[in-house]
Amino acid sequence: MAELTYREAVAEGIAQEMERDETVVFLGEDIAKAGGVFKATVGLYDKFGPDRVRDTPISEQAILGAAMGAAMTGLKPIAEIMFSDFLAVCWDIVANQIAKIRYMTNGQVSMPLVIRTANGGGARFGAQHSQSVENWSMMIPGLKVVAPSTPADVKGLLAAAIRDPDPVMFFEQKSLYSSKGDVPEGEHIEEIGVAKVVREGSDVTIIALAAMVPRALDAADRLYSEAGISAGVVDLRSLVPLDTKTIFEQVEKTSRLVTVEENPRLCGWGAEISSIVAEERFWDLDMPIIRITTPHIPLPSADELEDMALPSVERIFETVRQGVD
Amino acid sequence: MFQPKTKNKSTKRNPEPINVLSSEELTRYYREMLQIRRFEEKAGQLYGMGLIQGFCHLYIGQEAVVVGMQAAAKTQVDSLITSYRDHGHMLATGMTPRGVMAELTGRKGGYSKGKGGSMHMFSREKKFFGGHGIVAAQVPIGTGLGLAHQYNEDGGVCMTYYGDGAANQGQVYESFNMAALWKLPVVYVIENNHYGMGTSVSRASATQELYARGTGFGIPGVRVDGMDVVAVKAAGEIALNHARNGDGPYILGMQTYRYRGHSMSDPAQYRTREEVSQVRAERDPIDRVRQQIIDGKHASEAEIKNIDDEVKAIIADAAEFAQQSPEPELSELYTDVLVEA
Repeated sequence: MAELTYREAVAEGIAQEMERDETVVFLGEDIAKAGGVFKATVGLYDKFGPDRVRDTPISEQAILGAAMGAAMTGLKPIAEIMFSDFLAVCWDIVANQIAKIRYMTNGQVSMPLVIRTANGGGARFGAQHSQSVENWSMMIPGLKVVAPSTPADVKGLLAAAIRDPDPVMFFEQKSLYSSKGDVPEGEHIEEIGVAKVVREGSDVTIIALAAMVPRALDAADRLYSEAGISAGVVDLRSLVPLDTKTIFEQVEKTSRLVTVEENPRLCGWGAEISSIVAEERFWDLDMPIIRITTPHIPLPSADELEDMALPSVERIFETVRQGVD
Repeated sequence: MFQPKTKNKSTKRNPEPINVLSSEELTRYYREMLQIRRFEEKAGQLYGMGLIQGFCHLYIGQEAVVVGMQAAAKTQVDSLITSYRDHGHMLATGMTPRGVMAELTGRKGGYSKGKGGSMHMFSREKKFFGGHGIVAAQVPIGTGLGLAHQYNEDGGVCMTYYGDGAANQGQVYESFNMAALWKLPVVYVIENNHYGMGTSVSRASATQELYARGTGFGIPGVRVDGMDVVAVKAAGEIALNHARNGDGPYILGMQTYRYRGHSMSDPAQYRTREEVSQVRAERDPIDRVRQQIIDGKHASEAEIKNIDDEVKAIIADAAEFAQQSPEPELSELYTDVLVEA
């Protein structure tokens, strides 16, 4: 094990795959010589050279078009869209082209590419550089959607995404880039589509993703020490495929479900999970499902306002405590 | 307003035929263009009979463009990608009329087993990468195919086709910039049929010299008479050589014309009957090459008649196949969304 930051794990995961597979190419804005605006890709350009690690113009449609065209021939491109908000600039290529090509070709053409993007709030960047948009991808058939919460998962899931024969939307949470954790040395790969129970609990299950996982864990600690409530925490890790097996097991065990997400309230992924659980496990529930979300607002820049908007440890703690009572 | 009498006037280089074409070549182009036309006529008929549903964009009038380009291209090496007006491109790459027609009728024997339809067919084997329904979306993707040719050093060039309507989409210019910056082997083939759906180029484009729009990126572009298969082939060879030699992208502005409406639901009332009939009478690409064959004594009337009969039989067979091929299995609804469900 080595202690790495979340951002260092990005470069490590990419390097691992580029070393073993020459068909992996990486392109995006400022990813090569500058090492990425979030410094998540430092060292890759020096290691793999300008043919495989390419700085692009600020030109999102051209980036994803290039990645898709290359993927159609069997290359395995990794394309970076610097901020996930910018996916809206090139959404046609994601939603209408990349996601649908396999179906429309009756399986003749696969799309083995990864779109990496920095997602989420907390950096005071305002409404156009802070959104959590993983739910946009979740609603498009033909995409896989991954969002890791730890450096180890960044490396392992990113490697898995690169090897995956389907297009993977890989959401790196901006507010986690400086977080640290143990990462297995040498080849490390995780399975996409498997949620992880990161804390066992018997009274209530909190389902979270990305930056909301450490907050849910902190809230669970306080729920136990301050209110005597045993809260389990599930790190979903991917939205598509969605690990409903683990979700159902935890619901059966605790009979209470809370989801925590950065998405704005309407049509966030928590709504989908609530709906699935209500349809499939209604009789296991002892309490209405609670969704903790960002309100349905654009995110503000001011620190006090943004902190109020995003689900905090305090809000998770209070909401769960009141709900379970 | 479109001027049907417009001749092949280029402000830059106007490629002249380099080689004298052989009898074999001319008759082959005649056969290939005729096959596309007869195929499209049959598709129009089947549409009228309700056997083809949804969208169906016919290529009638534009046949010389793709046949001329394929004649210039290295088959099995060069790739191509186009918009939704794609039947002609598929036939020109050697995809079977049966498979294309059965896709139009939504049958199991279609190239995408009925899951793609008129606008979404592909053949990796023939290096045909679609068939794309969103105007201009194929342009950045074709640029990516060029990137793959370059990265793989396979000597190929991607021919990226788009129409005059798509020429006003922003992603075209993002693609130009990237392709020129990286010297990607891409030939952008603008099929200027003079109408973007129902709006003429002069009413939609601030400048009508669409082939010259690469100037700001340093991409050479020429205007080509897209109704003349010989001129298309000559221009195609120059452009493909340029891209293949590592000199970067090239733009060909094909002046062509579509005889039918934009799609089957378009009665084309935005232009006069006279305009259409004048183009048909004076510039038809198939009549032109037929005349060249006869004038140059490349084939006899009887030999040409023989080609006509053979093409007719192939298309009749394709139409029959497309009606006899079974409906897709209902289980296909759920397959190939992802590799693994």
